[in-house]
Amino acid sequence: MGRKRSKYFRRKNLAGYLFAAPWLIGLSAFVLAPILATLFLSFTSYDMINAPRWIGLTNYKILFTLDPGFWKALGNTFYYMFGSVFLKVFTGLIFALLLSSALKGMRIFRTIYFLPVVLPSIPVMFLWMMMFNPRSGLINQLLGFIGIKGPLWLNSPQWSKPAMILMSLWGIGGIIVIFLAGLQDVPEYLYEAAELDGANKLQMFWRITVPMIMPVIFFNTVTGLIAASQVFAESYIMTAGGPLESTTFVNLKIYLLAFKDVRMGYASAMSWVMFMILVPMTVLLFRISRRWMDY
Amino acid sequence: MKGINRAKSIRNFTIYGVLGFFSVVYLIPLFWMVSTSLKPDAQIMSIPMRWFPDPPQWSNYAKAVDSFPFFRYFFNTLFLTSMNVLGNTLTASLVAYSFSKLQWKGRNLIFYITIATMFIPGQVLIIPVYILFTQLGWVNTYLPLIVPAFCGGGAFNIFLLRQFFISIPDELMESARIDGASEFKIFRKIILPLSTPALFTVALFTIVFTWNDFFGPLIYLHDPSMWTLAIGLRGFQQQYSTNWNLLMAASTLTALPLIILYFVAQDKMMRGFTLRAGIR
Repeated sequence: MGRKRSKYFRRKNLAGYLFAAPWLIGLSAFVLAPILATLFLSFTSYDMINAPRWIGLTNYKILFTLDPGFWKALGNTFYYMFGSVFLKVFTGLIFALLLSSALKGMRIFRTIYFLPVVLPSIPVMFLWMMMFNPRSGLINQLLGFIGIKGPLWLNSPQWSKPAMILMSLWGIGGIIVIFLAGLQDVPEYLYEAAELDGANKLQMFWRITVPMIMPVIFFNTVTGLIAASQVFAESYIMTAGGPLESTTFVNLKIYLLAFKDVRMGYASAMSWVMFMILVPMTVLLFRISRRWMDY
Repeated sequence: MKGINRAKSIRNFTIYGVLGFFSVVYLIPLFWMVSTSLKPDAQIMSIPMRWFPDPPQWSNYAKAVDSFPFFRYFFNTLFLTSMNVLGNTLTASLVAYSFSKLQWKGRNLIFYITIATMFIPGQVLIIPVYILFTQLGWVNTYLPLIVPAFCGGGAFNIFLLRQFFISIPDELMESARIDGASEFKIFRKIILPLSTPALFTVALFTIVFTWNDFFGPLIYLHDPSMWTLAIGLRGFQQQYSTNWNLLMAASTLTALPLIILYFVAQDKMMRGFTLRAGIR
């Protein structure tokens, strides 16, 4: 009996491993091993011709003390991350609240707001480059109609990042849809009970809606920050990192170091620092990940 | 009573007003793309601007398609997209079945790690993966852009399918097991047919992602004849930087398949987003 049982479980185990095999390979080869390899490479000098040479903490010393460009890029990346994500989450929540009112035609609005999410990013960037043109671009011409002299946008060190943040707001649909689903999950009886107790709309919003959708706000904020930290094509395509390095983001630097200068060790050190900055956010998100383990 | 009704209609009016205003704002860039694509050269950057091309130059589309290998890039992109759809739906569903319906040692731990990797920033992975593909001699082939899809299809797709498989009652499988069906047969004959909506969502996400991917093709495809639309458009833009009408025509053509797909299957696309956030 015992042997039969263990054979049964062995076979069950085997089926499980076989079905999971593609991912066991993928997870190790394309996720877990690369994380460790990046860490290892960050302690080396590696040009892809000669073998990696161990140089200890030299890359990190250079990064933190001798490379002002890195701090600038880090500052730019943070500016973009927080600017874009807070605006997106804030306005996304407002849109979702408006869209969740049980009025006719909300579906059409939702369709319109979500549409830019599926558009290919490179054509979208060309489009916005054209619209941001200081003289003949659509945005400044429209501003001109109401008597505002628009800024130089992508040509100005002060306005280049706000311009990119503005562009990112066009892709707010994903956040709206997640908020809408979150709002639908708030049980109706909570509002009914509050109404009986004489609460007004504003009180209901702060005392019921906000606490109930806090996890969704948190999810949107953290995944948004992680996604925005990878901002790359925007500067590669639209500004080449300029003007005056105002849109040189960390990932553009990593790209140039790794794929143009082939300084794999130094680029790895930069990736690893960025990873360490983002890890606390990932861990926080994971902490509330009972959401993902349930049901 | 009358007061309440009036307050309500003012409220509704405000909601419609705000949403309507921003709908126009959200549609203007798209309109501008199409409008510019049809303008004669002299009207592209005209001041004051012109909302509508006069007369519409439909020939811009023919010119755009002729000035760079549009169809070649289109089919390259289509090929990569199909292979990724195949790889992701096939292997992610196998793995998701293992995570949801099979019992094995270490399953929960590995699933836990899988969830964590959904949120790992890509920049920490790319360098070793690039070195690996270089040493395999795969740079300048499509393999780096296809093979990963066949290795489980990524954490997000696995997660999405697992959530769906869990909702399929075990009793359906138990009776098949008693009849002596193999796990693979159960997977193929019972689980997959019931899961078409979820597989469809995975496919949609894969299409949108692969069609729009820029970084992968940028670092792996050096030979211009292998380029995808995203990279090809970049080359086109560098060559014809002032011909915004042609660039917008090519951009519109690139976006068109996704726009059509969106209008066919928007609910499924949105649903993918909410599932990812752990909301049913």
